[in-house]
Amino acid sequence: MTVAVPPPTVSNAAAGGAAPGVELVIHFMKAIKEVLSTMAGVEVTTGKPGLKQDPVSTYDVSGIIGFSGNFGGSMVLSFKKETAVALVKGFSGMEMTPDSPDFTDAVGELANMIAGAAKTQFGGGTSISVPSVILGQGHVIGRLHDVPCIVIPCESAAGAFAVEVSIKSKQ
Amino acid sequence: MKVLMIDDSRTMRNIQKNVLKTFADCECVEAGDGIEGLSALAANPQLDLILVDWNMPNLDGLSFVKRMREKDKTTPVIMVTTEAEKQRIIDAIKAGVNNYVIKPFTPDSLLERVKQTLEKAKAAAAA
Repeated sequence: MTVAVPPPTVSNAAAGGAAPGVELVIHFMKAIKEVLSTMAGVEVTTGKPGLKQDPVSTYDVSGIIGFSGNFGGSMVLSFKKETAVALVKGFSGMEMTPDSPDFTDAVGELANMIAGAAKTQFGGGTSISVPSVILGQGHVIGRLHDVPCIVIPCESAAGAFAVEVSIKSKQ
Repeated sequence: MKVLMIDDSRTMRNIQKNVLKTFADCECVEAGDGIEGLSALAANPQLDLILVDWNMPNLDGLSFVKRMREKDKTTPVIMVTTEAEKQRIIDAIKAGVNNYVIKPFTPDSLLERVKQTLEKAKAAAAA
């Protein structure tokens, strides 16, 4: 089934600094599909990645992972609330509301696994942080000022979500 | 069977618990980081298995295993983690981990590693 993927919030203006390379973005696209298929039983279609300049998160629920070492920056897993609820149910096997501490725990763990699966392809020397989770419309996520953010739009039976990758090689 | 599960994600601990309970009558002890893990270890000396995550606050899984192995050389340990690079796996085995499961995992793959680990531990104890 072909699903239309809404375009991410992007700007065509150069953001300064080199954007994450195509290969890096592909690692994240593969990781998103692998993790959600294996752990939540959900097939994901990734759309065309684009450059993001708007610091406001794409959706209402963000799972954030920091990267350090040979690659530095962050990855944000951004969901519509309803999508997050559906994916968390698929992952945990339990109904959870967004005000439950287990909900943010589950979102964080999904972000952890996607970041970890992508990081494995980086060639070693990179660490990931424990996850942070933010809930709320219109929240702003601070990033390294010299590292552009690439948004990977995603669609699934659970709904739309996005992965925002702002990572650079320090080698 | 008594199992200690150490992971900062309660969701992940629940998933592991549910998988283990399909395999055997299981008493599960839980800890949210390596420090809690060491306390749980001290309070539960007769464990059959430990499942431990790597990346956790306060004390990570690798450090937990190193400290644990100073006193306990025999309780089998499976590391369940996103860390999949070859050097990480080598570091874990050198620290004393008996088996390794990479997240994401299917219930079957986790169960397979658990069975494999318990069988090896049983054979080693009998030798």
